[in-house]
Amino acid sequence: MKKAIVTVIGHDRVGIIARVTTLLSDYGVNVLDISQTVMNEYFTMVMLADVQGCTAEFTALRDALNALGEEMALSIRIQHEDIFNAMHAVN
Amino acid sequence: MLNQKEILETIRMIEQQHLDIRTITMGISLMDCAAQDINAACDNIYEKLMRLAGKLVRTGEQIEAEYGIPIVNKRISVTPIAQIAAASKATDYVPFARTLDRAGAELGVNFVGGFSALVHKGMTCADERLISCIPEALSVTERVCSSVNVGSTRAGINMDAVRWMGQIIKAAAARTAGQDGLGCAKLVVFANAVEDNPFMAGAFHGAGEPECCVNVGVSGPGVVKSALEQVRGASFDVVAETVKKTAFRITRMGQLVAREAADRLGVPFGIVDLSLAPTPAIGDSVAYILEEMGLEQAGAPGTTAALALLNDAVKKGGVMASGHVGGLSGAFIPVSEDAGMIAAARSGALTLEKLEAMTCVCSVGIDMVAVPGDTPAATISAIIADEAAIGMINQKTTAVRIIPVPGKNVGDSVEFGGLLGTAPIMRVNPFRSDAFIARGGRIPAPIHSLKN
Repeated sequence: MKKAIVTVIGHDRVGIIARVTTLLSDYGVNVLDISQTVMNEYFTMVMLADVQGCTAEFTALRDALNALGEEMALSIRIQHEDIFNAMHAVN
Repeated sequence: MLNQKEILETIRMIEQQHLDIRTITMGISLMDCAAQDINAACDNIYEKLMRLAGKLVRTGEQIEAEYGIPIVNKRISVTPIAQIAAASKATDYVPFARTLDRAGAELGVNFVGGFSALVHKGMTCADERLISCIPEALSVTERVCSSVNVGSTRAGINMDAVRWMGQIIKAAAARTAGQDGLGCAKLVVFANAVEDNPFMAGAFHGAGEPECCVNVGVSGPGVVKSALEQVRGASFDVVAETVKKTAFRITRMGQLVAREAADRLGVPFGIVDLSLAPTPAIGDSVAYILEEMGLEQAGAPGTTAALALLNDAVKKGGVMASGHVGGLSGAFIPVSEDAGMIAAARSGALTLEKLEAMTCVCSVGIDMVAVPGDTPAATISAIIADEAAIGMINQKTTAVRIIPVPGKNVGDSVEFGGLLGTAPIMRVNPFRSDAFIARGGRIPAPIHSLKN
């Protein structure tokens, strides 16, 4: 299974999770885990997603998330999970 | 699952602290490209580069997109051209440089390294022809980088080559006078050059290397600086530990990218180079790390000790993070490519003599240093000799990449742009070394080279 981490950072507002997960489901991406915090209206969400069944090129998904981020004035990023594993885990 | 703090820390390193992969360099052997007819040899070289490196840039961009980590440069290093050109009957080797440049442009790489000669013990006819062509080759090409190895711990220092390289550097500056001597920014004179260096301008694909491999250079002075900001005032034990842990993380990322690039390109993974490589961007400076340790400005007394600690801790942290460590692996101190070093050179805190001391404890040497255009060739040769001596005696790589900027003097500065940055013209000791350099011959290898 190929997994990616989606991070969403920015000011809290209505519908962030809804819009992001809708977009992911449109691309056939399954969300495996979500963790989120809101501190002083600053919203941070980290999602673990299975991109094995993604219906488009990874770069197209990335661009769609970036575009949604711009539209909602948020920073939305998707990265292969291995980069985080490499940096923070010895295994 | 990964915790949120770690994920955000990685993103912060990339977004705010300029963490990046500095270069993916594909090393390609050109041994099978040699031919008596120079046109045939150039055709062979062009065909091989296009065939093996055709996917290099696209693969780099894919990895960049999937992992969300910038890969700043995609480059190629080749077998020292003097070794390939030796088979041809040509005396002018500039067509080889033009071929490398043309292939590099079409492949979309920013530099091709290997217009090189290894002459630490003596020069072949081909080495002599190549060296004599360097000034022209660098002036008529954009992407080609040149290097000449003039000394080693095992062979001593070839002082004839040292003398000549002073003249070649002056000639390269004169030929590119319209660009403030830019040609010299693409020319490195080495002692103990390594065969698997992914960084330019000194990269070449050595004789002991495989047919083709991928070497990766990581970067991240900004990340180290930020980590040290968290331990202000703490003892050096804490500083060293902090640098080690940070270097481990940076290198793990380099190892991941190197393995992935090698797999996707279908070639062996060579090495990860653990060097801390600065860029002129604010916050991406090695000098700022030294200043964070408590120095008013880089070059102040204590700078050599600070750099020694940094260099050693980066290696200790990085070595466990990578399967194969190689290349230069040490902190770089190129003056024009580091905002803190530029400021220190301008203010007078950093002198050429202090830089020389710093090169005893880090990689690589007098790097991207601009000096007055009227600096005598013999003085440049003598600076090269000093650096080569440091390398030879300390069994380490040292190098000189110096630019005698035509028409400029101390107080001026030159703008090379991009990663090459801005170079304040530094003062050179005015006392002459002409008679010393005129001697020629070889400085014998040191006693500790006799290890067998």
